[in-house]
Amino acid sequence: MSTSPILEVEALSLSTKSNQKLVQDVHFSLGRGESLGLVGESGSGKSLTLRSILGLLPSGVEQTGGSIRSDVSSAMVFQDPRGALDPLCTVVKQLAEVVYYRQKLSRKASRVAALELLELLGLPDSLKREDRYPSQLSGGQCQRVVIALALACKPGILLCDEPTTALDVTVQQQIIETITRLQRELGFAMVFVTHNLAIAATLCSKLCVMKQGRIVEHGDSLAILQNPQNPYTQMLINSVLPLPELEGSE
Amino acid sequence: MKMIGTEPRLYEEHLNPTLMNRILKIPSLLVGGAMFAVLIILAVSIPFISPYDPSEQNLSAFLQPPSAEHWLGTDQLGRDLFTRLIYAARTDLSIMVLAEIVPFCMGILLGMLAGYYGKWVDKIISLITDTFIAFPFYLIVIIVAFASGAGERGIYITFMLVGWIVFARVVRGLSASYRKQEWVASAQTLGLPGIRIILRHLLPNVLPQAVVVLMTDMVGLLVAIVTLGYLGIGIAPPTPDWGTMISDGQSFITTAWWLSAVPGFAVVYTGIALSLVGDGLADLWRKK
Amino acid sequence: MKKFWLFSVVGRALVVIFCVMTAVFFLIRMVPGDPAKMILGEYSTQEALESMHHALGLDLPVGEQYIRFVQTLFTQGDTGNSIINGTSTRELIADRAPVTLLLIGMACALAIVIALVLATLAATHKDKLLDHVIRIFPTVTLGMPIFWVGILLILLLSVRLHWFPVGGVGEGWWGTLYSLTLPAITVALSQIPTLVRSLRAQMLEVLESDFVVTLKAARLPSRVILFKHVLRNAALPTLILLGVNISYLIGGTLVVEQVFGIKGIGSLLFSSISKRDFPVIQGIALYCAVSVVIISLLIEILTRWLDPRTKGKP
Repeated sequence: MSTSPILEVEALSLSTKSNQKLVQDVHFSLGRGESLGLVGESGSGKSLTLRSILGLLPSGVEQTGGSIRSDVSSAMVFQDPRGALDPLCTVVKQLAEVVYYRQKLSRKASRVAALELLELLGLPDSLKREDRYPSQLSGGQCQRVVIALALACKPGILLCDEPTTALDVTVQQQIIETITRLQRELGFAMVFVTHNLAIAATLCSKLCVMKQGRIVEHGDSLAILQNPQNPYTQMLINSVLPLPELEGSE
Repeated sequence: MKMIGTEPRLYEEHLNPTLMNRILKIPSLLVGGAMFAVLIILAVSIPFISPYDPSEQNLSAFLQPPSAEHWLGTDQLGRDLFTRLIYAARTDLSIMVLAEIVPFCMGILLGMLAGYYGKWVDKIISLITDTFIAFPFYLIVIIVAFASGAGERGIYITFMLVGWIVFARVVRGLSASYRKQEWVASAQTLGLPGIRIILRHLLPNVLPQAVVVLMTDMVGLLVAIVTLGYLGIGIAPPTPDWGTMISDGQSFITTAWWLSAVPGFAVVYTGIALSLVGDGLADLWRKK
Repeated sequence: MKKFWLFSVVGRALVVIFCVMTAVFFLIRMVPGDPAKMILGEYSTQEALESMHHALGLDLPVGEQYIRFVQTLFTQGDTGNSIINGTSTRELIADRAPVTLLLIGMACALAIVIALVLATLAATHKDKLLDHVIRIFPTVTLGMPIFWVGILLILLLSVRLHWFPVGGVGEGWWGTLYSLTLPAITVALSQIPTLVRSLRAQMLEVLESDFVVTLKAARLPSRVILFKHVLRNAALPTLILLGVNISYLIGGTLVVEQVFGIKGIGSLLFSSISKRDFPVIQGIALYCAVSVVIISLLIEILTRWLDPRTKGKP
């Protein structure tokens, strides 16, 4: 694994126009092909951190300190799969459009590339015959399309903002497997935001725990799980419920 | 490596929002209220300010441009324009306020009933609303004002017939959404009768928004009053009215354009004042 | 399931039309006093009054009058003959309608185009000077009486600059369109502020949504994002607003016709009013209201058809 980082975030601070501090003094770095988990409850500023790496902060939020440096482009996968797609545009068309503008292929070649991407993500062949609107697809399928859209930009970093939270539990597992497989095949780095410490630890080799806009603990996933330094981290570990003891079992 | 995003802003810069933001943060309430206050003061004190009588004709001084004697000039019958303007303000503004009372109350009541009880009460009221809404506002206003006798009385009747609709619609929507909220459910489980819930709990929540709508509606009503006056089926001469003044002035558009233009500006001024007050109130109540 | 929606919406529109018809019917009977006396004057003879009653159908019981009214309406599209010259209402209205319809159409087109441009400018320059100026627009223009705006436009563009004729309708295609331009602008100006407000708000909402971030992150050219994606999403709710505003558009046109001396339905309305020509007044009211209901219905169906979200899973 290369030692020079492809993403460096230093002392990042974000606030609203009325000076309400949303993110304060965030540091982390990411190497090529690495996965970093950003864990915390809602309101901890993790999504905003992702948006600032993307360079597209929502209106009303500004970067008030620190810097973000990166050599590669990033793409994002959102929490709400349907919201991330133009509801008035069919799925294959949308994907082909992104391919057209990013990979500079002809319209026809873009469509072919789009269909290949969709196959890579495990979407049904029926899409080849009949293009569908996002509202006609299931949540899981939409999310696959969003991932395809992100990958069409050939990103060096994939930013995932709780991509499984809005999906059914069974589908969650599939999406996570898909992302893992794709990361192995394509080799992109990843920042994975979630409130579920268990998922983050499975997927990512490094973790950052955020609380109210600050990083309270960071380091290797395994080390953090076995030996959490911060009581908040301990609380997050405890909140992932273990399987209950069943009556009559040993 | 490349920098992503913008250069971070220094902390101090945040203490200086752009000029426009600062101006617009001034409660429009203040500006609108001040504008309206000026109008009221002028209207009330005009007998003391102006030496002229609004109906006093002085044919030798007709169509004079603005001067020290006649601040806004004179009309085709030699009447002082400024005096007429402010007296017309009295007429038009008082009718505007009075004509709103019944529709306001009626609309709120019907809206609450429709929204709170729902089902067939809502269906009937909605049907009536939709029927009236299908008629273009000015069409109804013209026909009914004429049918019930032109003049002040006509305006009151017209507005009682159609003016309640906009309030009913807004209040109905609010009531329907409030009905689904928890505090209504808890009041119901306590066994409180519907009427009590409506009056004691629903009304205070619905009133602020209704008042904001009232401000905008009054502007529309003022414009309707003035339009009727222009068309000759509103307030009858010689009572001064901005609409009739504009209509009278239209024949002299080439020589004395201010005769038609100025009363219009008066209406616009009032409209701005009321709109600002409405916006300010909306902001005020939203922050709370 | 989709068919059910269609039937219920059309059904409701029919019920409203029925209520509108009934309301128009009672219009005459609402007027205090005897309509015949109003037409013939205070000092008419009893015979004249009775024959007028007969002509108006007022000597029949109310129920029968109503049935007669509905019958004439459905079989001839007519509310009776004009009292003044005996022509059927339908003919009178049909004669004057083209000018008014043309005016309404022009005003509509102008309003949509200008509102789109202004709203897009405002939304893409949010919080800058252009945005603030455009936002102040509705507050200021709310209180502008439509006829007064027309007069000012005449003053500026016809009297001072001689760009447009002062009134009336020109000859031939080009002449007509040219002479209707100023009135059309006047009517459009009355609707533009509301449309801009709504469209701007919709666009801002869409601009903040996730899919726009996705497209921006994909570094799609901003022009493509704006016109292909944002505008289409924002236009849908505004289309609904347009349907609601049709009613105000028609009303405004009727008034503006008076300002510019255009012989359309507006002037027919006013002359009928001054001559107390009840059937014609009823006819105009009916046609206007029914048009509004039908247009609103069509727009409702159109928006639903255009919105793929309602297409459901196949």
